[in-house]
Amino acid sequence: MTRRRLLDGLLAATVAILSWQVLVWITGVPPFILPGPLRVAETLVDNAGLILDHATITVAEVLIGLVLGALFGAMTALHLMISPLARRLVLPVMVFSQAIPVFALAPILTLWFGYGMASKIVMALLIIYFPVVSTFYDGLRRTDPGLLDLAQTMGARPRRTLFFLRLPAALPAFGSGLRLAAVYAPIGAVIGEWVGASRGLGYLMLLANGRAKTDLMFAAMFVLAAFAVVLYAAVSVVTRRMVRWSDETVEATPRP
Amino acid sequence: MKHVHPSSARVPAPGLRLRGDFDHAGVPLFRDLDLTVAAGGWTCLLGPSGVGKSTVLRLLAGLETGGSFTGEIGADDGGPIAGRIAFMAQTDLLAPWLDVRGNVTLGARLRGETPDAARAEELIARVGLADHVHKWPASLSGGMRQRVALARVLMEDRPIVLLDEPFGALDARTRAEMQELAFETLTGRTVLLVTHDPAEAVRLGHRLFILSENGLSECAGLENEPVRAIDAPETIEMQVRLFRSLRGGVA
Repeated sequence: MTRRRLLDGLLAATVAILSWQVLVWITGVPPFILPGPLRVAETLVDNAGLILDHATITVAEVLIGLVLGALFGAMTALHLMISPLARRLVLPVMVFSQAIPVFALAPILTLWFGYGMASKIVMALLIIYFPVVSTFYDGLRRTDPGLLDLAQTMGARPRRTLFFLRLPAALPAFGSGLRLAAVYAPIGAVIGEWVGASRGLGYLMLLANGRAKTDLMFAAMFVLAAFAVVLYAAVSVVTRRMVRWSDETVEATPRP
Repeated sequence: MKHVHPSSARVPAPGLRLRGDFDHAGVPLFRDLDLTVAAGGWTCLLGPSGVGKSTVLRLLAGLETGGSFTGEIGADDGGPIAGRIAFMAQTDLLAPWLDVRGNVTLGARLRGETPDAARAEELIARVGLADHVHKWPASLSGGMRQRVALARVLMEDRPIVLLDEPFGALDARTRAEMQELAFETLTGRTVLLVTHDPAEAVRLGHRLFILSENGLSECAGLENEPVRAIDAPETIEMQVRLFRSLRGGVA
């Protein structure tokens, strides 16, 4: 099944690249408008060191932002569960804050956190914070009421019910929040780099574009896209492993 | 290995009494209900859906009912009911992320106690799941999952056991096996079984009540001791009588 999907993906990519090359041939557009895939590949190889350098920065920003966003998001969701005051004060602010486009915040974040990695990490964090909090909080609230009744008859302590029942029951929801976060985090970091940076793939793309090095722009973009796909796949594997008990077809492995 | 006490015969199980009215959103569900659950035996509460059987059970369990109850609920030894009950529902209510042993010892973990692993394993063996101790609920059949739920009830070791149609979702053979296993393992405890199945009530009850729109009535005339044979003539006759009462509303 997975192999079939992989084959389909490869086939789709091949078709797309071929059509791209054919389009360039037929229209005869100059390379600074649209370079062909071959030329982009050459540029990628020639500038591997430069691109890798900038990619390292972006990858670091995204990963740190993702981890911090997941951590703060999870803690906020738990806090919302525990504290009625937090629900009344924080929840409306959070919903309202979603009305502000993160793009609009980028300049001010650059002003506050500087041109370095910090402002990009904060961007990535901010962009994933809400999806993580809202999916996890939803999951925490939607525990099977029967299980909660059972816990009550067992004389469970409220804190223990939260950490031993609600939390594990919410892990599938938390997982889908993290998968969303894996998609959004690179967007946040790149927006940050566009607004003001001296390193990173977003910065490189902007720079290459400004100098009509469209092939370099495309090469950087492909590296960014490849990273985003790998990140999503990795987060998917981790989150599915986290809830491998929820698979209906599981065959439990015997433990010693 | 510690010795297991499948029935808490050392602590005498109390009888229960619930008396009063219940309103749901301003509409009365029952009036002047007076139910006595005999100490140390099986009391079956039979009735159609929607007359408040589960509400009665939830009131005794101290759970949220979504309505208002006026009256009294108590144990005949004067002690509190809370903390002395174990509860089993139609759905197994197993935590899908815990294996069989984790589910059986859930209560201890939720109370912050150290679970007695050896005792848990003995009880799991007693319900016939010794080979499945480390399996997740998702890989067990419906019948096996209810066995886990029964082992969890036994692990809790409470004198009062409230059963809310726990065998309703099982196939006929598994249901009969589970009824026998539950009866055998819960002997000596005060058990209230809520069911809509006359055959089940006749098999398991020491005493039998029918709850209908007209109120509560006891159905007398049970012979022999449970568990009664499914195919004995008196069981079948009683079952027919019950069925008629349920349909006609006359006990």
